[in-house]
Amino acid sequence: MRLSSIIIPIFVLGTVLYGLFKKVDVFNTFIEGAKENILVGFDILPTLVALMLAVSMLRASGALNALTSLISPITSFLGLPAECVPLALMRPVSGSGALSLLEGILSEHSPDSYIGRVASVLLGSTETTFYTIAVYFGATKVKKTRHTLPSALAGDFAAFILSALTVRLFLGH
Amino acid sequence: MISILLGAIITISCIYGFLNGNADELSNAVITSGQTAVELVLTIIGSMATWGGVMKIAQKSGITDKVTKLISPFLKLIFKGLDTGSEAFKAIAMNTAANLFGLGNAATPLGINAMRELEKLEGEKSYATKNMMLLAVLNTSSIELIPTTVATLRLAHGSVSPLEILPCVLAVSILSLTTSILCVYAFDGINSIKRHRKRQAKKND
Repeated sequence: MRLSSIIIPIFVLGTVLYGLFKKVDVFNTFIEGAKENILVGFDILPTLVALMLAVSMLRASGALNALTSLISPITSFLGLPAECVPLALMRPVSGSGALSLLEGILSEHSPDSYIGRVASVLLGSTETTFYTIAVYFGATKVKKTRHTLPSALAGDFAAFILSALTVRLFLGH
Repeated sequence: MISILLGAIITISCIYGFLNGNADELSNAVITSGQTAVELVLTIIGSMATWGGVMKIAQKSGITDKVTKLISPFLKLIFKGLDTGSEAFKAIAMNTAANLFGLGNAATPLGINAMRELEKLEGEKSYATKNMMLLAVLNTSSIELIPTTVATLRLAHGSVSPLEILPCVLAVSILSLTTSILCVYAFDGINSIKRHRKRQAKKND
């Protein structure tokens, strides 16, 4: 039994019991939340279809592989998997595009391979930076976001390097 | 911007594909990509629904409010000088708690509200203040505790242990957020030194 396998069931158990204890209508609340997220899933579908088209064409044309082998001397020097570079570039721009790329990576390489793990960690620990900044400052009168974007992108770049580093450190590659 | 990206990727794909004789693959990609997208959504939508349900209970029973109180000391460290009793600080704490639980639906409106409260508190300006930048990078770094979408996708592709990446994700989230925060402080520090030097230069004139 792994610790990570205990966390999830315990979390669900704790939440439901606490909900009952606090006299929350657990069943209907669950339904409400589930419905909300199902709608979100269908909301992203059109965007995902568009980005999946682009990413699938890029992969089928051979351009994605060419890009990967082109940059692999540099990335292998840094200890990063070249296959994850397109994902790292796409991530701050488009969530659906990044999801499409991850889907491709996990189909081509095993999710338990080094490349599959780094890609998973990268997607799990980063956000759609450009979109987030646009939405948050769009609600204010701020015109100049000053060094918001450089700081955010520095974090995204750090996340890429650290994804490879932590996978090697924690999961042994 | 996303339109340009879409156009650019499709253009590159067609040119490169035709030159390398991959027209068949390209054609197949166009035909099947929609199906792949639908399958992907069908793969993740189930677990999204499950977590949406569980997290809604967490929200209604007040677990997220407890977490909001729990994280306030950490936020006090990040947002130095911001009054912890202010509406802005409360909104930031609620936004962060929602992010930790992966409550995307709730986190965005809370975050926008926090941004507006900061604007009210610090005066409407045409440029972003330090606290506004800090709030933004707090949201551009993913701090979700359990990356459910990624885990679901890993399981669907036959991972033996889809959640083994959890410690890595947590470590990377914390460290990349720290990087962004330090960058905001560093840029801000450089700017204030510049301003100080300009003032000194004026004095000497």
